[in-house]
This record gives sequence, structure tokens and C-alpha cells, in this order.
Amino acid sequence: MDKTGIHPGGEHAHVRTPGHAEHHEEELGFWRKYVFSVDHKVIGIQYAVTGLLFLLFGFTLMMIMRWQLAYPGKPIPLIGQWLGQDRAPAGIMLPEFYNQLGAMHGTIMVFLGVVPLAVGGFGNFVMPLQIGAPDMAFPKLNMMSYWVYFMGGVTMLVSFFQRGGAAQSGWTSYPPLAVISPGQTLWLVGMIFLITSSLLGSVNFIVTIVQLRAKGLSYMRLPFFVWAQFVTAFLLLLAFPPLEAAGILQLMDRLAGTSFFMPSGLVVSGKPLVIAGAGNPLLWQHLFWFLAHPEVYVLILPAMGIVSEVIANNTRKPLWGYKALVYSVVFLGFMSFIVWAHHMFMTGMGTTMSAFFQTTTMIISIPSVVILTALLLSLWGASIRFTTPMLFALAFLPMFGIGGLTGLPLGLAPSDIHLHDTYYVIGHFHYVVAPGTIFGLFAGVYYWFPKATGRKMNDLLGKLHFWGSFICINIVFMPMFIQGLGGMNRRMYDGGMQYAHNAGLLKYNVIIGFAAWGLGLFQLPFIYNFFSSIKWGALVDRNPWEATTLEWSAPSPPGHGNFLTEPIVYRGPYEYSVPGSTRDFTPQFEPEKA
Amino acid sequence: MNIPYTVEERPDTGLANGKLGIWLFLASEVMLFGALFSTYIILRVGAVEWPHGELNVWLGMANTFILIGSSVTMVMAWASLKMHDWGKHRLYLILTFVLAGVFLVNKYFEYSSHWSAGELPSKSTFLAIYFTLTGLHGLHIVGGMIVMAYFIGPGAKLWRANPDQFANRIEYTGLYWHFVDLVWIFLFPVLYLL
Repeated sequence: MDKTGIHPGGEHAHVRTPGHAEHHEEELGFWRKYVFSVDHKVIGIQYAVTGLLFLLFGFTLMMIMRWQLAYPGKPIPLIGQWLGQDRAPAGIMLPEFYNQLGAMHGTIMVFLGVVPLAVGGFGNFVMPLQIGAPDMAFPKLNMMSYWVYFMGGVTMLVSFFQRGGAAQSGWTSYPPLAVISPGQTLWLVGMIFLITSSLLGSVNFIVTIVQLRAKGLSYMRLPFFVWAQFVTAFLLLLAFPPLEAAGILQLMDRLAGTSFFMPSGLVVSGKPLVIAGAGNPLLWQHLFWFLAHPEVYVLILPAMGIVSEVIANNTRKPLWGYKALVYSVVFLGFMSFIVWAHHMFMTGMGTTMSAFFQTTTMIISIPSVVILTALLLSLWGASIRFTTPMLFALAFLPMFGIGGLTGLPLGLAPSDIHLHDTYYVIGHFHYVVAPGTIFGLFAGVYYWFPKATGRKMNDLLGKLHFWGSFICINIVFMPMFIQGLGGMNRRMYDGGMQYAHNAGLLKYNVIIGFAAWGLGLFQLPFIYNFFSSIKWGALVDRNPWEATTLEWSAPSPPGHGNFLTEPIVYRGPYEYSVPGSTRDFTPQFEPEKA
Repeated sequence: MNIPYTVEERPDTGLANGKLGIWLFLASEVMLFGALFSTYIILRVGAVEWPHGELNVWLGMANTFILIGSSVTMVMAWASLKMHDWGKHRLYLILTFVLAGVFLVNKYFEYSSHWSAGELPSKSTFLAIYFTLTGLHGLHIVGGMIVMAYFIGPGAKLWRANPDQFANRIEYTGLYWHFVDLVWIFLFPVLYLL
């Protein structure tokens, strides 16, 4: 039964030019329809699938590293023999290869996995549907941004096979090391592709949200997910260009022999470096973190948006404090531009600077706490539906809470000096990004999968995926706080065996290793579920979750042009359990009864 | 399928999609050049000595006036479209393109004189930032010329099919071109005079 109350029509008809779109659809061949498509939904799915594959790849790199940390100097089982002489002779990992894996794990997870999935995937697929638009404002630009991203990904993958291997100076690429070590040039080229792709995408997102909202959809009626994407797009638009500038400068340092980031008097391997010198290595850190701190919010905001949608839908209640959420997310966006140097307390930039940046850092924690509190209070008194997406969304709250609260000691200069560059930092930001953001993204995959394919994912496999991942991921990251508080440094290819203070801490590496490989195993139900549900999942109608936002008024899956009749919005986004209503949800697109 | 507000303005925002898009793009460009100018400031403040008079002020000044002139002809190219004077539009757009070319030729002579004197980017911080900033600006000029060439050539057909959309496109090209001009107006005193 059609629960949306929208009159049935041709599945591919379009709002503004009915009939025309229908035979236009026929003309598109396979390549234009599925590969070089300008349809935001196809591009969104392309982004999402590519992003998921890169997440799997980046995670695989980490599973290999975890073997080296758990059993330093032992041959890597299964795949060790195929890694090659210059990576792992006789299956034993070389330090250089460990560094490559570390640098590329960070780069791939952030720039090729999470952001493309959260922004390119969910943003592209869901946002135009939620605002009632027929497509993005610039469909060709949208296609171009995917393919530029794809080129960036290929560049990063190819860089493993060049002489000297991939970049090995961490994902932060601090000079002077990054300027003199091999592999970095292709990393920079890849980054310039990825940055260009993000810029094209962010312009498109902002224009679409401002210009293509449906009739009646005012800003304060936008679903919170759209607000999150809107702020994210501004962060990408304004924070990425300084990294592009920094990338160009580092490329100049490597290729043209300039010394932007190279100080005078450097001695490398016992030989003085022949360069002009007089550069400033701190300059890179400023330019890099000017992007990379807003980037943290680029990672987390879309996940917060997804979690808000899922929580409102599964608590059958309006979100608690919608306006507070919106103001917080906007304030968060502004503040994220003036906290970057809290990554640099150890550089000796001076106490005045440190005092300023630790103050702004404490201020930015306020809107984050407001958002988390509002989402937590939304659960109060609800009769919760424990669906698979809801489980992931519920887990997001404490996981992001742990990640956020453990960040406070890092935001204060005095305690940061002790904890800087230890596993405590790794634990902190992974709690934000892995069981935080990635769980939010999984919630989104399960939640919008029926809209994208017309079929539901299997619930039992989903729950297996959730509980397995939830338990394993906590065993992976919780011990890192202990290791870090004990003073164990990150980026040591044997875990730091030569340091006496690590003696009691190294045993955790074995536990973490097994939990990480277990986490890998528990992704198998998800992978199987994802692909088998496309073909064999239970068929659903337009609004299987009985949700209120606009995307659920379109057919599942929506045709080119999205809506069958022009969507009109009559009310706010989360009108669940309205007193006096016969049903427990009143969609945005349902006309007022006379 | 039609995307709304590609040509006409959305009543409540007063904008067509493309105009908002080009302004957002320019905002990101401000951040790009802003970061590079900040780099210049930080490197110069930290430098022990900074060279003066290494560049040919007259060539730089000539290029400043060439670019200002091209901005004027760019506006005229758009204004004549609004007055439905196709011939004048062609004249002014081609003139803008030619002025951009003259700017690059000038720049080529400047670069090659540095090159032959052994003044390469690797020689000093000043030359490094000079070549990076002007090189990136030059790439923006080339980008603008490609867009103009498109509207002089195959893109001109749109004028018959949809004159308003064509006029909008020329307007957006103009906004970009004024920005490129503006960057040079900052670059000239910073690199040649200070």
C-alpha cells in the first residue's frame, strides 16, 4: 500500500517537464546512465561504493600494520610472501613499508574513504531528495567532481608501485621530512586532485541548498542532515584552498628546489643539504592544520546529520531542540576555523598563541556538547524501534562522547605536552572517527539503502554486523588510552620496544591486533548483506520507515528527476506523534486537512 | 530534465544558480591566494634580508594597465550583450582575449630574462615566492583565456538559442576575470614595489 498519499504516476516522469524526461531516459546508453551519469543519485552511489571500497582498503593496510605491532619482526602470514623484496623481504615488514602503510592509512581513510562516503555519497544522494530538488544545481560539475576524485584515488594507489614506494611521512606530511623522503610527489599530486574535487562539490552543494529548495521549505524546516551538509560544504569550500596552496608550495620545494618549508643548515644522512634555505617548516603546519582541523568537522558533521535523522525516525518523536541543533552546527562551523593551532602546542609557538588556541578549543566543545545532549534527550520517554540503523545511531552517541571528552585534555596545552604524539591521541580521534563517524555512516547505509535500491537490507545480518563491530572496535581503541597515558609513542614500527617504559604496555598490542582482525571478519556479513540485498532484499514501498522527510515521497528508487509531482512542504521536518493525529508521523509533504 | 533557476533568478534569493556558484568559487580563490599572501608575509617577516629592485617595475606597471584595460573591455563585452549589440560584443570579447595574451607575452619576456640571468626559484626565498605567485596567477590568466576562447568560438552559438543565458555566462566570466585582475593589483605592489 502506498502510505505517502502521493498520486501514482509513471515511475520516471518529471515534475517540470512531464513526458519529456520519459523518452529522454530511453536514449541514455549504459555508459551515460551508470558510468558517466549526471544524475545525482547515480553519482552518490558511485561515491558511496568507491568510498566503502577505499575504507576497506585503508582498513586492510591497518590490519597488516597491526601484525607488525603485535608480533614485531615475524613474517606476515597469508599475504607476506607477495609483498615483495622492497616492502617485506621473506614476509618481514621493513620500517619504510610500515611508514608507507601508516601515511596511506590516514590519507585513504580521511580523504578517500570517509569524506567521499559522507559528503559525496550521502550528501549527493540524500540532500537533493530531502530538499525536493530534481537534481543538483550543476549536474555536469557533479559528475566531474566524482571523476576528479577517482583520479586522485588512482594516483594514491599507483604511488605504492613507484620506486621507493608511497608517501611515508604520515598523513600530515610535515616538512622537512616530507620534502626529502621518497613517494611524496605523487601524494601531493593526488591531494591536488582530491582538493579540486571537494571544491567543485562544495560549490554545487551550497548552490543546490540555497537555490533548489522546494516550495514551502524554509531554512528552519530543513532536515538537520541538510544543515549538516550545508555547514560541511562551507568548511570544504574555505578550508581546503589553503592546503592546496601548501601542497603547491611543497611541490615547488620538491620539484623546483625552492625552500619554502626548508630551514637553513639542514644535514641529511651526514651531508649538508644544498638548498637556499631560510624557509619555515612551521608554515606548513599552520597551512595544513588550517584545513585539517575543519576537516575533522567535515568528517563528523554529516554523521551527526545522519544520526539525527535515524534517531528522530526510530524514537517516533521530534528531535529535542531542533533550533539549538541548527545554531550549534553553524557556530561550530565558524569556530572550527580558529582552533587549528591546538595541534601545535609542542612546536614552541609561544604561550600567547597557546592560550588563545586552547581558549577557542574549549569554546568549540560547547556546541558539540549541545548537539550530543540534544540527541541524547531526544531518546527520553521514547518507545524506541531497535532497527539496525538505530543500533548504529545509538552507539554513535557514547562513542562520539568518549572521543570528544578524551579530546579535552589534548586541547589544554599543559596536559597535551604529556600526551602529544602518544597512542592516547590515536585512541581519541579514532573514537571520534571510527566508532563515531563510521558507525553513523553505517546507520545511513542501512537507513537509505531501501530508498536507493527499493529493497531492505537483512536485519539479522545487520545486527550481527553491529554487535560484532561494536565489541571489537572498543577492544581495539580502549587499550590505546592506557598505552598513551603510559607514554607509548605513535609511529614506532616495532611499537617502541627499545623504551623501558613501554615494557608493560606492549602486551596490549596483541589484544588490539586480534580485535582488529576480528573487526575485519565482522565486516563480511555487511559486505554480503550489501550485495545480496540489491538482488534478494525484501521489496519496500516509498516510505518503509514511516518517515517524515521529503525523500520518502519519491519512488524507491527514484527515477531521473526524482519526484512524480512537484513536492510542496507544509511543516517542519520531524512531526512525529503529533497529538490528535491518527498516525504517529505527519510527513512534511502531506497537505493540511481542511 | 530542467534544473530551475539556471537562467532566471529565484525570487526569494534574487540569484541565478550560476551567479551564486561563481561567487562561491571566488570565495575559495580568495582563500587560496590569501594563504599564499600569508606565506609571503611570514617568510618576509622571518627573513634576515629581503631583496629590493630585482624586478622590472616598468614591465610590471605595463602589465597592470593591460589587465585593468582588459577588465574594462570585459565589462563592455557584457554591457553590449545587454544592449543587444552582437558586433560590439564580439569586438570587446576578442579585445579582452588579446589583452590577456599581451599580458602573457610580457610575462614571458620577464621570466626569460630572469631565467637567462640564472635567477631561478631555487636561488632565494624571494624568487621562489615570486615565481610561485605569478606562475599561479598566470595559470588563472590562461584559464580565463580558455573560457573566453570558448565563448568566441563554439560557445557563441548559445546567443541565438538563449540570449539571456549567454549574457549570464559572459557576466560570470567577467566576475572571474575581474578577480584575476584584482589579484594582480595586489601582486604588483607586493612583489615589485615593496
